[in-house]
This record gives sequence, C-alpha cells and structure tokens, in this order.
Amino acid sequence: MKILVPVKRVLDYNVKARVKADGTGVDLANVKMSMNPFDEIALEEAIRIKENGKAEEIIAVSIGVQQNQETLRTALAMGADRAILVVATDDVHNDIEPLTVANILAAITIKEGPDLILCGKQAIDNDFNATAQMLSAKLKWSQATFASEIDVEKDKIRVTREVDGGLQTIDAKIPAVVSVDLRLNEPRYASLPNIMKAKRKPLEEISPADLGVEISQRLKVIKTKEPDSREAGLILENIDQLVEKIQENVGG
Amino acid sequence: MKILVLAEINDGELAEDQTSKTVSAATSLGKVDVLCASNSCTDASKKIASMENVEKVFVIEDDIFSQSLAESYSETLIDTVSSYSHVFAPSSSFGKNILPRIGGVLDAMVISDVSKIISSDTFERPIYAGNAIQTVQSIDKVKLVSVRTSNFDSVPLTGSADIEKIECATNNTYTTFVENKIQTSDRPELTSAKVVVSGGRGVGSKENFEIIEGLADKLGAAVGASRAAVDSGFAPNDWQVGQTGKVVAPDLYVAVGISGAIQHLAGMKDSKVIVAINKDEEAPIFQVADFGLVDDLFKAVPEIEKKI
Repeated sequence: MKILVPVKRVLDYNVKARVKADGTGVDLANVKMSMNPFDEIALEEAIRIKENGKAEEIIAVSIGVQQNQETLRTALAMGADRAILVVATDDVHNDIEPLTVANILAAITIKEGPDLILCGKQAIDNDFNATAQMLSAKLKWSQATFASEIDVEKDKIRVTREVDGGLQTIDAKIPAVVSVDLRLNEPRYASLPNIMKAKRKPLEEISPADLGVEISQRLKVIKTKEPDSREAGLILENIDQLVEKIQENVGG
Repeated sequence: MKILVLAEINDGELAEDQTSKTVSAATSLGKVDVLCASNSCTDASKKIASMENVEKVFVIEDDIFSQSLAESYSETLIDTVSSYSHVFAPSSSFGKNILPRIGGVLDAMVISDVSKIISSDTFERPIYAGNAIQTVQSIDKVKLVSVRTSNFDSVPLTGSADIEKIECATNNTYTTFVENKIQTSDRPELTSAKVVVSGGRGVGSKENFEIIEGLADKLGAAVGASRAAVDSGFAPNDWQVGQTGKVVAPDLYVAVGISGAIQHLAGMKDSKVIVAINKDEEAPIFQVADFGLVDDLFKAVPEIEKKI
C-alpha cells in the first residue's frame, strides 16, 4: 500500500498571530513557520502503518511557496520516503484555498496511485477543516474525518472518529481519505542521523500547471482584523466573594 | 436568493440548539427551507416546522442517513442542494463532516465557522484560533456556510411551515457504520448550556475531575475540559472546549485549573462572564476572566460547592 500525506507550512503554533497594520492578513514575514501539527500526526500515523508492515511507501506533498521545502525535509526526516513540492505562489501571505489544494492533491493522486491519503483535520492558520472532505469527494473515495484510532485491514480501514457526542466507529472502503484528530498519536522527533539521511531523499518540484490545475480563489479576503479584546477583570480576595459572583451570574 | 438549512439530526434525534441557531443565522438573509434527512424525521420535522421564518421543511427518511455519514448526503442530495443559492449547516462535527464534501462535489468552497453574516455573499469568520477575524466575500454560485452557532440566538417557535416528503435514490457504497460510544448524561449539552464548569491540567487526574463535576451539578452546568485535560485522559474528548473542540458562549464560564492557552480561549472567550480559579496568579486565563481567584482548586472548589 502507498500512503500520501499532505503537509502544510504554517505559522508555528507557539507563535501568536499578529494582524498586519493594513488589515490585509496575518503577518508571516520573519516569523517561525512549522509543519501544521495535525499534519504531523497524519504523517506519524502513516509511518507507524509502514512500520507495521502494512504500507510500502509514504509520499509527502506540500503546496505553497518555495520555502515549503523545509517542511518536506522535516517530513522526510520523520520517515516519509519521498516528497513532492508544488510551488503554487511566491508570496507566503497567499493562502491556497482548500478547494484548490484538493484539486492539486487529486491530480497528484491520479499520477501517483496511493491507496490511502492521511490528512490533518484542519490547518491551524485558516482553520477551514475542509481539504480531506473535498479531496475525497473529488476522487469519489471513502471519507473518514476526525480520526482518533485507525486500523488498516485488507480492503477497508476501521476508523474511530471524534464526534460531538463521543466516538463513532466506521469502516471505510479503501481507497480512502482520512483526516486525523489530536489524540491519534504523538508524533516523533526526527533524529539527527535521519535529518542527515533526509537530505538525500528525493524531493521533486512541480507547478500546478504541470498537473493541469488552475489556482482559483473563491473567497476574496476583504479584511482581517483583531478580535474584540476582553479586559482583565477583578482578582477577588476570598472564596465568599467568588461564591457571590457565581450566584449573581448563574441566572434565574 | 434561495436558502437551504441542513438540519442536524443524529439517529432520528434533532440537535435542536444547533439547528435552531443555524436557522437563525440563515434567516438574517431571508426565509429558508430546511432539509431533514435521517432514518426517522417525524418529531424533528414538526419541531423545525414551528421555527420562525422557515418556509418549507423537506423530509427524506432512509436508514442510510441514521449515522450522519458524509457520503450518504453528498451522493444523494446534490440535486436538491444545488438548486439553492445558499446552504447553511451548523459547524458541529456533523456539519464539518458533510458540508465540505458537498463542496467537493459541487466544486464550491465552504465558508467554515461563520461568526457574522454581513450580506448575502460576505461573511466574518475567525482564523488562527480566533486570534484574527477575517471578512471574506464568496464568488461561488452556491454558498456553503457552516455556522458558529454560539454567535447566534435560537429562533422563536412561532411558525407553521409545510412539511413535504421527498423521495430520492439513496446510496453509500463507501462507508458503513460500526458502533457509537456516545456519552449519556443528565447534564445540559455543552454547546447550549447557560453555565459551564471546566477543568484543566491542574485538576490532575480522572478521579479528581469529580470535583469539577460536583460543582457543575450543583450549578446545573455542563462540564467542559481543556485540551491538556483531555489529552491526559482526565476527561472524555467530547468535553473539550477550544479551537479544535467545542465553542461555547454560556452566561457563566467557570475555568478551574486551566492556564488559558490561546487554543482554549478560542473556544470560550465569548462567554458573558468568565470566572477563573487557578493557583498561579500569572496564568493567562486571568487576563480574560471577569473575576479571578488565586487559590488551590482542591481547597476552593469543594468549599464553593458547599456555600452555593
């Protein structure tokens, strides 16, 4: 089995997002960028499936600017076998929408022939939570979102999903697109020897045009602003005061 | 403009709060039709028919919809859905699973987690875990909107819409349901509760979480948890409040032993009044709390419970 894992380069999750003064977006110049944490979990799962002898090859794909190379080198150091970089823009502030990402990934899928695509459930920058679902629709494949447990069987994959009421387990026929949630696993750190080895692993660079995909933008960004801020309130002296405040606000 | 709302119905049971608030968001643009697809829709469709500004309720009953699998909807409802200019769904795990799949089939972007409707094509939505709010304008023929329900009120039950059964060929060859592990509880539902008491890493263990539950029960509140508490196994996943969990906006939110990571604040900072109890006076939660108490939660919470 071949597994495809898309990885997005995003503002590091420890860095606070700052809105640009001109309101055009969040400032991404000279800030630390990292692999989207959910994609790291997807990649880790793919590596574990391979380590269990259930997959032969893992291909990591990243779509965006030239610098996404770094993210792909990290993926290769963690354990992906090869990488594909789709250079879709030269401006890091130009976020490629999930619909276009799905079109690009669908084209790569047709070319590479994976049986399983493991994605993060959302990117922590645009928070859309859409790529996996759109991709599975485009490919007419099975869809299993928000996975907290994955078991690859012969021609199906059993997925436990985190849903609002608790957990739902479904069987998805392979080929399938699975989006992963936080509690699926804890991703490994790349070891130094593996980081060195990753430098020699193949990293192919292509453009959306090579795949016959046009970059479209369906949502025009009108403006980006800071959220309304909340003022810090009162630090109370004792429990009785707190009880009073709770009772005042419990209502009814 | 023709607006459709996809009602959230799980195994015949209407998620009333989610659906009502989604209808409320959609009706800011005009009257709406609502689509009920489940194994049984009798009660759900009656309830929806009484929601204000609902014009027509379409009902499709088939076992294929009972477990809300995305393919069941996207493969069978496309003809119905594509005759509308707008399709709204709650941005719950139900809506987030189904709506983007419909987008993939229709080749339309989904506008996720909409917190404010500016006009028929322009919407506000939080990005970066709520650290920025973006206004976007859609050029798609069908606008697919998932609604952050905590930002909208429920609609009054003053309407009397027509209910119409529709038939369509149903099919899902992709996924099959195995089982649900759904927590049943007498407590109010987390996303619609008036009061929420949440525990964080500071609570320390699953057993200690009973302290949080005790206070919640005394207040008739729902129980929430931070990601750290859920990751550590102190609380089940469906209690998680935050960027990747549930978004809540109760009248009163009591945060116990929660430091206040950005990801958690994203899920609760629209609460009317926030009370925080934490022994670390530097904890960021105090920067958003209306009232804070710097104290050991194991001492404070039982005492608060006793005095209320």
